[in-house]
Amino acid sequence: MDEATAGGLRIAVLVKHVPDAQFDRHIGGDDLTTVRTESILSELDEYALEAALQLVEAHGGPSAGHRITAITMGPAAAVAAVKKSLQIGADDGVHLTDEALNGSDASATSKALAALLRHTGPFDLVLTGMASTDGETSLVPAQLAERLELPQVTFAASLELVPGDSGWTLSARRDNDTYAETIEASLPALVSVTDQINEPRYPNFKGIMAAKKKQIEVLSLADIGVQQDEVGLAGSWTRVEAAAPRPPRSQGIVITDEGDAGVRLVDFLAGQKLL
Amino acid sequence: MTTVLVFLDHAGASLAKSERELLSLGASLGEVTVALAGDADQAYLDGVGAYGVQEVHRPEDAAVSEVLVAGKAAFLAETVRRTGAGIVLLGNSYEAKEIAARLGVRLEAGVITDVVGLADDLTATKSDFAGSYSVACRVTTDIAILTVKPNSVEAVEAGLPSSPREVPVPVDLPAAAARVTGRVDKPVSGRPELAEARVIVAGGRGVNGDFGPLEDLADALGGAVGASRAATDAGWIEHSAQIGQTGKTVSPQLYISAGISGAIQQKAGMQTSKVIVAINKDADSPVFEIADFGIVGDLFTVLPQATEEIRKRGL
Repeated sequence: MDEATAGGLRIAVLVKHVPDAQFDRHIGGDDLTTVRTESILSELDEYALEAALQLVEAHGGPSAGHRITAITMGPAAAVAAVKKSLQIGADDGVHLTDEALNGSDASATSKALAALLRHTGPFDLVLTGMASTDGETSLVPAQLAERLELPQVTFAASLELVPGDSGWTLSARRDNDTYAETIEASLPALVSVTDQINEPRYPNFKGIMAAKKKQIEVLSLADIGVQQDEVGLAGSWTRVEAAAPRPPRSQGIVITDEGDAGVRLVDFLAGQKLL
Repeated sequence: MTTVLVFLDHAGASLAKSERELLSLGASLGEVTVALAGDADQAYLDGVGAYGVQEVHRPEDAAVSEVLVAGKAAFLAETVRRTGAGIVLLGNSYEAKEIAARLGVRLEAGVITDVVGLADDLTATKSDFAGSYSVACRVTTDIAILTVKPNSVEAVEAGLPSSPREVPVPVDLPAAAARVTGRVDKPVSGRPELAEARVIVAGGRGVNGDFGPLEDLADALGGAVGASRAATDAGWIEHSAQIGQTGKTVSPQLYISAGISGAIQQKAGMQTSKVIVAINKDADSPVFEIADFGIVGDLFTVLPQATEEIRKRGL
C-alpha cells in the first residue's frame, strides 16, 4: 500500500518529570504531594519516545511528514522532561503548567491531558510509558483513552503500523502471566508500552545541539479551556490523608558459608515458622 | 446496606485465591454482588456461592471480552448503575487497574489502586514509591473504586452458601476499541503466580543462566520463581518473572534472593516482603542491608543443600 495514502503521522508522546528512583524519594507539604527535587525524565517514558522514533524511521522518516510532539504537565522544572525528549529526537514540545494543577490525582491529570491533547492535536497516535515511576498507578493512559474515546492498547511489548486505504492500522503484542495476545486497532489510538519493546537511545551531541532550535509551547489551563477547580486537589476524586515513610528494614544476621549454610538457612526458616 | 460489586475476570475452572479474598473483603463491607466478564462453569459459580453471593451479573454479549478493557469497563459501569453499588472491588492486575481507570471516568468516581488495607470508613492503605512510603487515602466521590492487592485480606467463606442467579446485562460496546486478534496460552508451570505466592525464590545475574536450583527450592517450599531485570534481560527466564521497579512489586511472607546484588530498583520491588533471605557471593552486596538472614556463599551449593534438608526433614 502506498505510504502517501495514509499520510504523515502526528504522534504525541507523554513524558513525565519524576523523582529519580536512584535517590530517596519523599512525600511532603500540607497537601502531601511528591517532592520533586532530583527529578528526571521517567525511565519508562523513554521506551514510548523510542517507539515513536522507530515508527517514524520505519515509515520514511521525518521527511515523510511525520511529527513527534513531546508533551508534559507539571511545574516549571517539568519542562526538563520535554527538553530531554527533544534532544533524543522529538520534533517539538508542549508544557502545560499551572499552579492549580498541583496535587492532581490520576482522574484530574487525565482530564487536563485530554484537554491538552484536544487543543494541541489532532494526533494519530498517543504513546505513553506503562506507568509513571512516581505515582505508579498506571491509571492515566486508560483514563485518557476513555476521555478521548480512543482505542487503547496497553502494555504493548511490540508495535507496528500498517498504512492502508482508509488510514493506519496498528498491530501490537502484549504478554500476560498466562497468555500472549496480538491486538489490532485503527488510528487514532492510544498505546502504552512496556520496557520490553525496545532499547531507548541516548541523546547525542548533534541531537543536543538540534534541540536548542526546537519549539516548546508553554500553555496554562486557561489556554486549553480547563477551569482551575476541575484539576488539582479541588478536582481530584481521591485524597491522600496521611503519608509516612516506612521504617527502614534493619539488617539481620549475615553468615559466611562454611559448608552448612543450606542447613542453617532451613533452621532459620523453621525458627520463623516459614516451613 | 451498601452494595459491593466485586469484579471477577479470572473465569478459570475455580476461583483464584485473590478472587476469594475480594469476595471476603466485599462481604465485610456490605452486600456482595458479582460482575463476571468471562465464561464460568458450575464449579466456579458454586465457588462464588460459597461467599453468600445472590447475583452474578454477566454481559449479554460475549464480545465484551474480545475488545480490550473498554468493553469490560462498559459492562461494569452498566452493572454499577443497575445494582446501585457504592463500592466496586477489583483485583490488582494491570488489566483490572485499567478497567477500574476507565470505570472511574465513566462513573465520575475516584479510583485507588494497589490497596493493601481498608478501614470500615473506606480509608485505604497503600504503598508508594515501591514500598518506601505507607499512604492512607480516600475516595471523595459517592462511588469508590478500589483495586486490591493479593494477600491483603484473609479469604473467609460466608456462613450460608447460596446458589447465585445469573443476571444478563446489556452492554453498548464502544465503537472505537482495540480488538484481540490472537491469543497463545503460555505453558502452565504448576507453581503459584508471583503476585499471589506466599514464598518467592528470585534469581539475578549470579544464577548465570541456571534457574534449576531456584526452581527446586521453590517447589520444596511451594513457592514461585522470580527474577531481577538482569536475569530477564539476559533471556534466562521469561519477562513476566521480573520483580522490581519496572516489573512486579511483591510482598510475600518469605522472599529468597539468590545471586541478586540488590540494586535500588530490585529492592523497590520486594522490600515489603515479611522475611527476606539473601544469598550472594559478594559480602558487600546492598541486599544484605535489608536481609533478615544473609548468607555470603555460592548459591549453587547453598540452595541444593537447603532443598535437600527440607526434604530430609519431611517438611
